[in-house]
Amino acid sequence: MALFGFNLNKIYICWVNYFKMKLSQLPVGAKGIVKEFTDLEMSVKLMEMGCLPGEEIRVDRIAPLGDPIAINVSGYQLSLRKREASTIILHK
Amino acid sequence: MKADIRVALVGNPNTGKSTLFNVLTGLNQKIGNFPGVTVDKKVGYSKLPDGRMAEIVDLPGTYSLYPKSQDESIVFSVLADKANGLNPDLVIVILDASNLKRNLLLYSQVADLKIPVIVALNMMDLAKKTGIEINVDLLAKNLSVPVVPIAARKQLGIDDLKQAIANANKVAMQGDSIDVKSIAPQLIESISREMNVDNAYYALQLAHQHETLKFLSTEQSDRIEELEKEHAFHSQKAQGSETIARYSYINELLYDTVKIPATAHDETLSNKIDKILTHKVFGFIIFFAILLFMFQAIFTWASYPMSLIADSFVWIQNGLHRILPAGPATSLLVDGVIAGLSGVMVFIPQIAILFAFISILEDTGYMSRVTFMMDKLMRKVGLNGKSVVPLIGGFACAVPSIMSTRTIENWKDRMITIMVTPLVTCSARLPVYTLLIALVVPNKNVWWVFNLQGLALTGMYVFSLISAVLVAWVFKFILKARERGYFIMELPVYRMPRWKNVAFSMYERSKSFVLQAGKVIIAVSIILWVLASYAPGDRFARIEAKYKQPQYTQGIPQDQIDRNIATEKLENSYAGVLGHTIEPVIRPLGFDWKIGIALITSFAAREVFVGTMATIYSVNGDADNTQSVQQKMHDAKNPQTGQPVFTAAVAFSLMMFYAFAMQCASTVAVVYRETKNWRWPATQFAYMTVLAYAASFIAYHLLR
Repeated sequence: MALFGFNLNKIYICWVNYFKMKLSQLPVGAKGIVKEFTDLEMSVKLMEMGCLPGEEIRVDRIAPLGDPIAINVSGYQLSLRKREASTIILHK
Repeated sequence: MKADIRVALVGNPNTGKSTLFNVLTGLNQKIGNFPGVTVDKKVGYSKLPDGRMAEIVDLPGTYSLYPKSQDESIVFSVLADKANGLNPDLVIVILDASNLKRNLLLYSQVADLKIPVIVALNMMDLAKKTGIEINVDLLAKNLSVPVVPIAARKQLGIDDLKQAIANANKVAMQGDSIDVKSIAPQLIESISREMNVDNAYYALQLAHQHETLKFLSTEQSDRIEELEKEHAFHSQKAQGSETIARYSYINELLYDTVKIPATAHDETLSNKIDKILTHKVFGFIIFFAILLFMFQAIFTWASYPMSLIADSFVWIQNGLHRILPAGPATSLLVDGVIAGLSGVMVFIPQIAILFAFISILEDTGYMSRVTFMMDKLMRKVGLNGKSVVPLIGGFACAVPSIMSTRTIENWKDRMITIMVTPLVTCSARLPVYTLLIALVVPNKNVWWVFNLQGLALTGMYVFSLISAVLVAWVFKFILKARERGYFIMELPVYRMPRWKNVAFSMYERSKSFVLQAGKVIIAVSIILWVLASYAPGDRFARIEAKYKQPQYTQGIPQDQIDRNIATEKLENSYAGVLGHTIEPVIRPLGFDWKIGIALITSFAAREVFVGTMATIYSVNGDADNTQSVQQKMHDAKNPQTGQPVFTAAVAFSLMMFYAFAMQCASTVAVVYRETKNWRWPATQFAYMTVLAYAASFIAYHLLR
């Protein structure tokens, strides 16, 4: 039963994370609104560049080799790596 | 020049800050270094409408007062430290009118330091075109500072800006933006009291940056650290809440002053260009086509001015030889100093053209797209997308390229870039390669279009890039990362290059190249000349006595005798003795003592090679004519075997040596300046020498 409970817990975490929309999951052309960050250090840098909670982000393009990506935020274009983009959680 | 008021230019990157600086100061500017760091310091002078003179200081572009790289850390130091020699009376904050929100973050930070501020609202023309409406008067009223709309590229509004500088208050008029004290009330209170600081934001910045600020004493810094512990200050959290507070202030500010049309986010021209330039396939093709065109241009366009410069130096030398009386002083001046100078001057066209290209690529915004495209590839070998710029610049000269690594925020990425940049084939290797390739590679075409010599040269360039990448990959495993790497970079909109800036950059870079390399080369040519012209003891006298005997001169034409004397003298001179001393070490590489001399002198600068060869193979003048040097090297025979000295094996072995060896005093010096530790240049010198020896050895024994 304990084993079953543990698994259930794990599934629950996966389930929650699955439904958390990360910026890195957005396809080209899609928009999203920043909800929160999962990484404090990165959030400070991103916020300075105008990437704040409540701000709308649009994915403009993905680099030819699949990483980094270019996004449009507060009226200009910003490029960041997918790993950094995955720390940005968007509103569903 | 004496100035009545000092004005600092502050702004985000890509806001037209340097354009404004150039417009304000014209050619009346000088570039130096900020004390203690090698960040370019640009200072110029501008005459104000009331006749006073303003000293304008161009500070590095930054997005906030919290620095992410070495350049950016200058900004706060200059603005905050009253004892700094560049501390301004007035700050002009340049804002990009088409991107006000993000630009205002830096403004609000600077304004909170309570230094008198003027806002220059740049790119008003661009903002209007995209339909952005800005109520300038209301903005000025809300900020309570003068706001001057300008278009720096079109030189609009500059007179108004100068008038605003002349009218500027001596005290800061701006209102508070955010409640700074609420971020860390007790800490700000304690720092203000103990450090005798009257500005809350300054106190807060001290708390954030005390570890890196040079104007704080160790005791002061330690005390701030203690206070931070006492009040449980968390730098990143505090910075985060400050940024959020600032943006909410900015949003409020912009609410009734700026109207952005809903259609502004439509497909822009920049986006359309990017679809092609960063395309999966075309993107790389275009990038390599641009590189190819660049090298073609450097070699073909530069060849005419280069031969013109070389010819005029020969003309000057011949003229001086005619006018001045023959003797050691004339010989030193003409064959030592002027010959050395001409060796530097011939590179000016190549350097100027390369920097023209680099500045056009940067100015248009293309360079950041290259960074964007290459990042993933570069990261695989331990570099960073931003390493592409120094590596490409390395084709011209490693010195400015290593200086340009300051834009790489990540310490490990930056160090690896510095370590491998000197491997890239720089313009100083070019004369060495051309000379040696012309000696041993036949000048004929293969497959109709490809010239064999051209292919060999291209091969050396490609080889250098491959070796740089491989060495970087090795360093990736040796160096330990100090912090997490990240890559958050603005992609500026595409713009036409500013031809004035391109011309400025060509002029400035060529000038600093001549000054920097010139000193080294002149010194080396004088030393070499002395070493080759004097001998230990009475060796020269004995040689002269020997040639007085008839058995050495009978039946031999006079000029042949002179050449024999000169050659024997060289072999017995200090330079010859030195060459003979190292001969056992370089023998396995196929080099004799004469090449040994060239190798030693080349450790000062590679381009010395051709001059040294010229001096060694003909002490009797004509040192600048590469063709004749080539002829002499071609004719050179090994005295023991009678075989030519420069076989394909020797030539390629030499080229391998020049490809890897750290033969450049200026690069060693600049690596030390950038890393502030002798360990780095020493490591670099050691690994490059080992690689050079190994590669030479392999090349010689494979081809022999």
